[in-house]
Amino acid sequence: MARNPSIIETKQLNVFYGTTRVISDVDMDVETHRITAIIGPSGSGKSTLLRCFNRMNDLIPSFHMTGSVLFGGQDLYDASVDPTEIRYQIGMVFQRPNPFPKSIFDNVAFGPRVNGFKGDLNGLVEDSIRRAALWDEVKDRLRESALSLSGGQQQRLCIARALAVQPQIILMDEPCSALDPISTQSIEELMRELSNEYSIVIVTHNMQQAARVSDYTAFLNPGEDKISELIEFGETRQIFTNPTDERTEAYITGRFG
Amino acid sequence: MAEIVRGQFDRQMRRRRLHGQIFHILCLVSILIGLGMLAALLINIFIDGWQRVNWSFLTSFPSRHPEGAGIKAALFGSIYVVALAGALAFSFGVAAAIYLEEYAPRNWFARIIQINIANLAGVPSIVYGILGLEIFVRFLDLGKSVLAGSFTLALLVLPIVIIAAEEAIRAVPPSIREGGFALGATRWQTIWRLVLPQAFPGILTGVILAVSRAVGETAPLIVMGALTFVPFTPDGPLSRFTVLPIQIFNWVSRPQEGFHEAAAAGIIILLVVLLSMNALAVLLRNRFQRRLEG
Ligand SMILES: Nc1ncnc2c1ncn2[C@@H]1O[C@H](COP(=O)(O)OP(=O)(O)O)[C@@H](O)[C@H]1O
Ligand SMILES: [Mg+2]
Repeated sequence: MARNPSIIETKQLNVFYGTTRVISDVDMDVETHRITAIIGPSGSGKSTLLRCFNRMNDLIPSFHMTGSVLFGGQDLYDASVDPTEIRYQIGMVFQRPNPFPKSIFDNVAFGPRVNGFKGDLNGLVEDSIRRAALWDEVKDRLRESALSLSGGQQQRLCIARALAVQPQIILMDEPCSALDPISTQSIEELMRELSNEYSIVIVTHNMQQAARVSDYTAFLNPGEDKISELIEFGETRQIFTNPTDERTEAYITGRFG
Repeated sequence: MAEIVRGQFDRQMRRRRLHGQIFHILCLVSILIGLGMLAALLINIFIDGWQRVNWSFLTSFPSRHPEGAGIKAALFGSIYVVALAGALAFSFGVAAAIYLEEYAPRNWFARIIQINIANLAGVPSIVYGILGLEIFVRFLDLGKSVLAGSFTLALLVLPIVIIAAEEAIRAVPPSIREGGFALGATRWQTIWRLVLPQAFPGILTGVILAVSRAVGETAPLIVMGALTFVPFTPDGPLSRFTVLPIQIFNWVSRPQEGFHEAAAAGIIILLVVLLSMNALAVLLRNRFQRRLEG
């Protein structure tokens, strides 16, 4: 696989909640227009790592970190960076679909509106919903509440909502864990589709999913001391067929975790 | 696998069901007693006051003659004072709740403020009357005016509004805020566009409770110096005033039978004001909820 330029790089990233260290010394890079999966057992810090990429962890008072996270070469945690300003360039989709209790249209229009979008809002909303492969299902009911959609539709709406602020990268934290298999399949297809234009990082505890959709896989695993490390990071095919670390092999063959 | 512990069950289904039924009946009796008392009270008042409730009662000022006495001054006084107090308590209460829930760091200082607000909700209302007299009437030199009365009542009900608004804001799931932040919304945009609309029905419930309380308050306004005999409607924020409960209290304490009828009629008006305010607020709340859930 040809290497693309990196969009996110972490350097010696350590994350603490209070005085407890949960992740140590993570060095990884996320390539543009590829899907990077983060796998690992529950509690291994996958969400924590992902939320370092758009500074969502800033909302947790006890959070702090050392090392650095570069986004397009710029240090995300530099004192001059306003987290609000970078978040709209980095979309995020959560574990449980979290549509706002507003109309379908207003959900997608929310990001453009708060970011002062001037232009064809209707066009932008339609385009975003189309990209999220949801248009045919909702085009006649844009004014209805987003809460009237099914779980899978809600999650695609959340993807559309993220796309509407035209991010360069989309972070997804177990986006299918609350969905049925058919909805899961449609989201996975959508991710492949989106990777032509966006970079995607997906956290998943489902190894088959990582194997199916991702180009690169990062495996996080807590050591004896409960502090997680990046055990192995590489092309998904290699990780799943020929892992170099025996812990990776044990995990993907289901011997633990 | 551990072996299942052996032994007998003595299920006593009949006895357990009987206990359930006894409890059911006890609860029913309690609610019937409560409702019965309320009904007796209402019927009593309606019998005494019904024939006095008419247009001229609503549009007349109080008088020395029991037959001619009307409720106009007190009705307008109540509406002015309570509307202003409600608006004040709403603005300050919601602002305080937003600060405490969304901005204040979760430390001992915030805890102390929170505990004190809960305590303030339990302070006897007459204490607020004394406070109002000292601060608003004397120190700020507002006199015994509508403004001073509103400020006093607003202080009295502020804790109720703050607590209700805090609970409503806390009930908005964190995932909604995260969704907003993740799209690049600022804290204020997230609060204004996502949190408050969803918390609004709950906040409104708190304001209804607060305003209902304010409409019925007598003691703090008497202490503060509201008048008992007012032959005029307030003509501005610095006008002197009376309110429905004070007028009723005044009529009840007169010896003449006619004033007692006027008092009963006044109570009916007070109840109507109270119930229509509650109905309006419930209506508003339901409409808002339906808009959110769609
Ligand atoms: N807000 C928090 N405060 C304290 N500890 C946390 C917090 N969030 C997560 N943790 C801890 O950090 C570790 C990693 O959690 P998380 O990133 O959610 O793991 P994963 O997503 O892989 O299941 C866990 O041990 C968890 O208990
Ligand atoms: Mg997680």
